[in-house]
Amino acid sequence: MALLEVSNLDVRFALRQGEVKALRGVSFTLDRGERLGIVGESGAGKSVAAFTILNLIAKPGYIAGGSIRFDGRELTTMKPRQLQQVRGNQVSMIFQDPMMTLNPVLTIGEQMVECLKAHRRIRSRDAREIALNKLRQVYIPSPERRLDQYPHELSGGMRQRIIIAIALLLDPDVIVADEPTTALDVTIQAEIMELLLELCEKHNVALILITHDLGVVSQVTQRTLVMYAGRVIEQGPTREIINDAQHPYTQGLINALPQMATPGQRLNQIPGSMPSLANTPPGCAFHPRCSFSVDANGERRRDCREVIPTFVRSGNCDVACHMVRELVESRPAGDAEQREAP
Amino acid sequence: MTTASTSSPAPSRWARFRSSYLLYSFKRDWIAQVCFIIFVLLVAAAILAPWLSPMNPYDLAQIDILASELPPFWIDGSDPQYLLGTDAQGRDLLSTILYGARVSLIIGFGAVIMQALLGVTFGLLAGYLGGRVDAFLMRMADIQLSFSTLMVAIIVGAVIKASFGGAVYSEYAVFILVLIIGLAEWPQYARTVRASVLAERSKEYVDAARVMGFRAKRIMFRHILPNTLSPIFVISTVQIANAIISEAALSFLGLGMPETQPSLGSLIKSGFDYLQSGSWWITLIPGAVLVVLVLVINLLGDWLRDVMNPRLYKG
Amino acid sequence: MSEVMKPSQRQDDDSAQAGETLLQIRGLEKHFPLSGDFLEQLRFEGGKLKRRQEFVHAINGVDIDVKRGESLCVVGESGCGKSTVARMVMGLLSPSAGEIRYDGQRIDHLSPGQLLPYRRRMQMIFQNPYASLNPRMSIQQTLEEPLRFHHPDWNRERILEKIAEVMASVGIDPEWGKRFGHEFSGGQRQRIAIARALVVEPEFIVADEPISALDVSIQAQVLNLLMDAQEAHHLTYLFITHDLAVVEHFGTRVVVMYLGRVCEIAETRSLFDRPRHPYTQALLSAIPRLEDDGPDHIKLSGEVPTPVNLPSGCVFHGRCPHANERCRREIPRLIEAQGSQVACHGVEEGRI
Repeated sequence: MALLEVSNLDVRFALRQGEVKALRGVSFTLDRGERLGIVGESGAGKSVAAFTILNLIAKPGYIAGGSIRFDGRELTTMKPRQLQQVRGNQVSMIFQDPMMTLNPVLTIGEQMVECLKAHRRIRSRDAREIALNKLRQVYIPSPERRLDQYPHELSGGMRQRIIIAIALLLDPDVIVADEPTTALDVTIQAEIMELLLELCEKHNVALILITHDLGVVSQVTQRTLVMYAGRVIEQGPTREIINDAQHPYTQGLINALPQMATPGQRLNQIPGSMPSLANTPPGCAFHPRCSFSVDANGERRRDCREVIPTFVRSGNCDVACHMVRELVESRPAGDAEQREAP
Repeated sequence: MTTASTSSPAPSRWARFRSSYLLYSFKRDWIAQVCFIIFVLLVAAAILAPWLSPMNPYDLAQIDILASELPPFWIDGSDPQYLLGTDAQGRDLLSTILYGARVSLIIGFGAVIMQALLGVTFGLLAGYLGGRVDAFLMRMADIQLSFSTLMVAIIVGAVIKASFGGAVYSEYAVFILVLIIGLAEWPQYARTVRASVLAERSKEYVDAARVMGFRAKRIMFRHILPNTLSPIFVISTVQIANAIISEAALSFLGLGMPETQPSLGSLIKSGFDYLQSGSWWITLIPGAVLVVLVLVINLLGDWLRDVMNPRLYKG
Repeated sequence: MSEVMKPSQRQDDDSAQAGETLLQIRGLEKHFPLSGDFLEQLRFEGGKLKRRQEFVHAINGVDIDVKRGESLCVVGESGCGKSTVARMVMGLLSPSAGEIRYDGQRIDHLSPGQLLPYRRRMQMIFQNPYASLNPRMSIQQTLEEPLRFHHPDWNRERILEKIAEVMASVGIDPEWGKRFGHEFSGGQRQRIAIARALVVEPEFIVADEPISALDVSIQAQVLNLLMDAQEAHHLTYLFITHDLAVVEHFGTRVVVMYLGRVCEIAETRSLFDRPRHPYTQALLSAIPRLEDDGPDHIKLSGEVPTPVNLPSGCVFHGRCPHANERCRREIPRLIEAQGSQVACHGVEEGRI
């Protein structure tokens, strides 16, 4: 059984301009020890997805439908007290800005001990021992000294290591990391990612990595979810998605990277920009930017404009695209009744 | 984040206002609505005082000394000609209140314009130029704040009375009070403006203007000032209320408006002596008007501050 | 008419002057005082009142040449001083020491009035498109103001014509003119900011992390736009970034900076094929690549030291796997090494 099973999740924000649908019909599963990447640009809903997994969504946002089953228990209907237990003991979260999690007026040691004592009946001395142990696991030099330091005395990379140590404190089953290295420099980013990967493998912890950086996803995760305008549009094994993306948006995203073009030549840009969640186009949300949605006569295909695409299996990936569906369905039959080369 | 679609035309100013957060929150806040209505009514009544009021309290010919200390209409012994009764000199209280509110509001707005002119200019200079200019202006502000409005008023008033005589003082009392209250309170503006200039100056649009080669004056007034208007607006409401109160306090102490040209403060003062003799209305009704006016302005100010909180409405 | 003439004239100039140095930075230093004003600097030490000042040494002797027509990329991690260099070139900060020459003339000590002729020739694009547009000005006003300021003799038609031309060249809908910055997405705002820089027809543009606040698909659009503009207007770029993938694609030459000093200057191709300086090597190996399955990068020990107390000798020696006694003692100078310039004792001695 999967550790986490999200099905048909709808999240909305009640704003004064009206309801904004931040997530629509998002479904995915996460197995024990699996590393899943959620990729998308800003406004795609990937951070909302992360917050919703922990049921941390705050007003004006609310879960409008769907279910989140974690370890066999339904989180959407759970009481706040029980949720608190799940959050600390089984799921922990790493944010982009370490200072969001660290309290600036408490020492590192105080924060770690407090966190342990909130969830376990444990003596302060033992808690401190555990904290020290976790700091060693994340390779922090002279951990004894760090316990008595305040967050502002540490560098950005060091703080993010402390955050990882705190995330590991209660031996969680899942770590949700929301852009954990975006604020860091490349050399530090590489170290932190490597550390996260190593710890997840060693302790068999599942990881949900939310990022806009395809490079990071490709190095750390096993499976990838691509989001666009509040929906999952493609999911499958990371290697396959990176090497042979099916959805035109994923293809565009990868081809737009500078390393995919000849130096000095124009990059392969996707025209336009992500629609705002309050105003998503009908049909496939990507169709106004999609070069494949134009048919032979130069007009937008009707199904792309009007019908929301459902998932179709292509290789090991699930893709929500009318074009891909057509290609897949025409493949085994062999006859070219509807074949239009895109 | 809102993204402009390329097809729809740009909204007009009126459409912008209609979809603004200001109007939206105003529609939702009944306290703000009530306060706004009362404030508009009071201001309108004060402006239209010469046409609204039954008699002209400045015109000695209209005053009937025999009709002094008449009670308001709901008390026995009142004269229907004098709706809110009369004061000790036989002036119609409603008329004096309308004229008095006019004087109070003129001084309130005048003093705030004076404060804003001084405070915004000094605040902009201090915040944008920084360094010694900043240090000098802000120490000036500190010194200014360590004198109370009352002390400034007593000294300036005494100097003017001594050098030009009481008659001149009475004649120009409005301007003198505007000057005094304006001088006493400009540091409030200077500090607020300086703080928001410091915040704006570090933004990249100011760097972009500097890179264009624009001169300091242009950057300060064309680029930075419009972006500090929200806090200036909010502080102005509070300052108008404060200025009206300061004027009332000064007039009550006999340092403000003369009795021939009464403001709300001097009305309260002139009636105060008759409070013991049972003619409470001469002092309490103008007092109530003053309280309502100041309260309404302060409540509107609170609402504005909440609405203009940049964290709430800026992307 | 003159608009039609210009490009061809420029082309001639350009071919004649290609490779000529447009911007020359020599011995540039910048220290920011850390200890407040005079009174706060006074300390009571050993029975005597002493004045003690502390500085952040943001830039410590930087020499860079920008050649006409190239895109010179400056890379480095946060705190290496790359943005400070950009801001000093544009006169937003004044150097503590050293000189900046533009087209042969010293510009670092000029008054704002004297600098005015250079403002039209040099422009800047900023990192944060959400802060770089004045929220109280419409797009039309934003684009008009520089033109009115620099060309007081132009009539209204000419100004509008120029604005329409620039808007078209950066892909801005003319309808947008009446709107305000906050109505647009990040990528659209960055287009507007680029239009504002281009409207005064500069020949040199400093771009300070112009795409790092944008999404991946938008980054490509803006980079393409910058490259198109370079081709159309024969621009020279000083491009500040931390993203090495962008450098590899965009840069003619690359300057690698670390802690306020230049480590290496090289042609882009040769830098990526054969990085010489140990820091450059570590930096390149840390880029997350799509092809690799697992990270395989050079591990640097320790953290970037603070620029308040600079390390002696080579600023990188504390994290460098090849550091020896000389590196700890002596500041390395930029030396020529097979077409590129490297500041490393190890490379000089042939150890690396």
